[in-house]
Amino acid sequence: MTAVADRIEQASRTFEPSARLRKLGIGRGTAWLILIVILIVSLFPFWWALRTGLSSNSDLFAGEQSLLPAGYTNDNFERVLGTASEAEILDSLGRQNTGSFDFWQSLKVSVIVATAITVGQVLFSGMAAYAFARLRFFGRDKLFFLFLSGLMVPPIFTLIPNLIFIKNLGWLNSYPGIIAPFFFMTPFAVFFLRQFFLGISREVEEAALLDGAGHFRTFFGIIVPMSAAPIATLAILTYITAWNEFLWPLVVARAPERQPLTVALGQFTAQQPGTSPDWSGLMAGTLLAALPIIVIFLVFGRRVVDSIGFSGIK
Amino acid sequence: MTAVQRALPRRWPLLRSGNLHGGWPSAFWFLLPALIGFVAFYLYPAIRGVYISFTDWNLIANEGDWVGTDNYDRLLDDSRVWDSLKVTIRYTVINIVSQTILAIGIAVLMDRLTKSVVIRGIILFPWLIPNVIVAMLWVWMLDGNLGIVNEFLGWFGVDPIRFFTDTDKVIPTLAGINTWRHMGYTALLIFAGLQTIPKNLYEAAALDGATERQMFFGITMPLLRPILALVLVITIVGSLQVFDTVYVATGGFGGQPGGPANASRVIYLYIYQNAFDFNQLGYAAAISVLLVVILLAVTFVQLKLLRAGESDLS
Repeated sequence: MTAVADRIEQASRTFEPSARLRKLGIGRGTAWLILIVILIVSLFPFWWALRTGLSSNSDLFAGEQSLLPAGYTNDNFERVLGTASEAEILDSLGRQNTGSFDFWQSLKVSVIVATAITVGQVLFSGMAAYAFARLRFFGRDKLFFLFLSGLMVPPIFTLIPNLIFIKNLGWLNSYPGIIAPFFFMTPFAVFFLRQFFLGISREVEEAALLDGAGHFRTFFGIIVPMSAAPIATLAILTYITAWNEFLWPLVVARAPERQPLTVALGQFTAQQPGTSPDWSGLMAGTLLAALPIIVIFLVFGRRVVDSIGFSGIK
Repeated sequence: MTAVQRALPRRWPLLRSGNLHGGWPSAFWFLLPALIGFVAFYLYPAIRGVYISFTDWNLIANEGDWVGTDNYDRLLDDSRVWDSLKVTIRYTVINIVSQTILAIGIAVLMDRLTKSVVIRGIILFPWLIPNVIVAMLWVWMLDGNLGIVNEFLGWFGVDPIRFFTDTDKVIPTLAGINTWRHMGYTALLIFAGLQTIPKNLYEAAALDGATERQMFFGITMPLLRPILALVLVITIVGSLQVFDTVYVATGGFGGQPGGPANASRVIYLYIYQNAFDFNQLGYAAAISVLLVVILLAVTFVQLKLLRAGESDLS
């Protein structure tokens, strides 16, 4: 008896994570150390960009590798934000400014595009998801399957026909042209919201319908408020995806005044000379362009993190 | 028929029959915006893309004549198509192997050590940053002369590595950058999968005296298979479509996108060049048809091989 009890006792001790890791030959301390190294690797490039953005180009070219800014200066951020004068630019770069972009204009484009896409896509995908989850109509499941098959269409395949279509509409270099393909729906958004709507109890909804509320009132008055959390999560993910989009605005918005930050930064990089590029200016611009995403993540991080298990796996 | 419907008086046949939920008249307005988007930007361009691949479409004239299978004949003889496919496959293999191994490691470490949202958030963070910005951060950190990474390697006596200008190194470098961006996301997907494995399986195995290694390969990996299959499909299909990082990282600082010497010209970039640099949209469309066929085949074979739908648990 005591032998069995001992074995159970021993096994349950073995099951404690620390004991199990020790058995693997890795102490808990080592395991934490590995995880901390991974965390540092994840974050270090952002620190390095900040440190570089606050350094002077002359110190960088002298090969300074200190962890703190070398020759601390705000010039680079001022240069990107357009608050530096020509003389200051010449001073901090040591040469004429080759290649530049209008940060504020591109920021405006990015904000308008990402906001319009988020509002349209979430609203219209939500309405379609409601129809697929709740209404009964001929061919519903076939149509839903057709929508889902859109997930399998790689963006490059529709890129060329979509560009021709937008050109024919006369929408090159315009907000509607950049926004339209993402405005009405994505298969993922419809799928994501349908899953949540299916999980909502029908009772409340039926009661509303019987009280004479139409489907629109039921949807906006009951379903939407009850699904506020998943709708918010989808909106955040949609906003970030729209903000990060590169290839579509690259081909549709050739005019600088309609280029979102991703495209403008890409072009700015392409204009940099091979020798002595403006590293500190590039890093300052990079950080400023990522700032809205960083802020969104700091505020809504938990929602984004918790959504990951869902978005990849049903 | 729902409980509410059954409870209705017999003289309300309309409501009892379930017509409360619709039919097309009520579904129509819910579906209309999403249907417009789906038809205009998914269905129609997918069909039109196939049509364009049989023409010599020119974006400036914005028209094309039917040329039969000319584009496909040309594609079969174009060594650059097959070279770019080789480059893409090399990139994908390196990226997937490093990313998946690292992600499984991180997921298992997190599963054992902590459920902290902050730590998961930090690990996920690079995934939210636009590819353009990620590319710029790493081009700077991996710079041949001034980059911190070469400085760091120098401490260990490693000679400076020309990460982007050496034809043999550029693809592993790009794969490494995308591994850095995606490993946290993939780790969180696997982490979510680990949470579905019942803990009592490990307790039982520990009682039977199983080693940590036996448990990992005997319990964790088999039960993780459905999730791993989906993660692999997502990541491989994504890797085959790499574009932003390559375009920005190799296209700046006096370089050509896809350089040096086309060593990083992935298939997406070759399609882009044909369409927008050489103005041969018909030919570009034909190559993208080839890519779609490859993507569908890869997905289908993978799901079959990995029997994604089934879990050993049930």
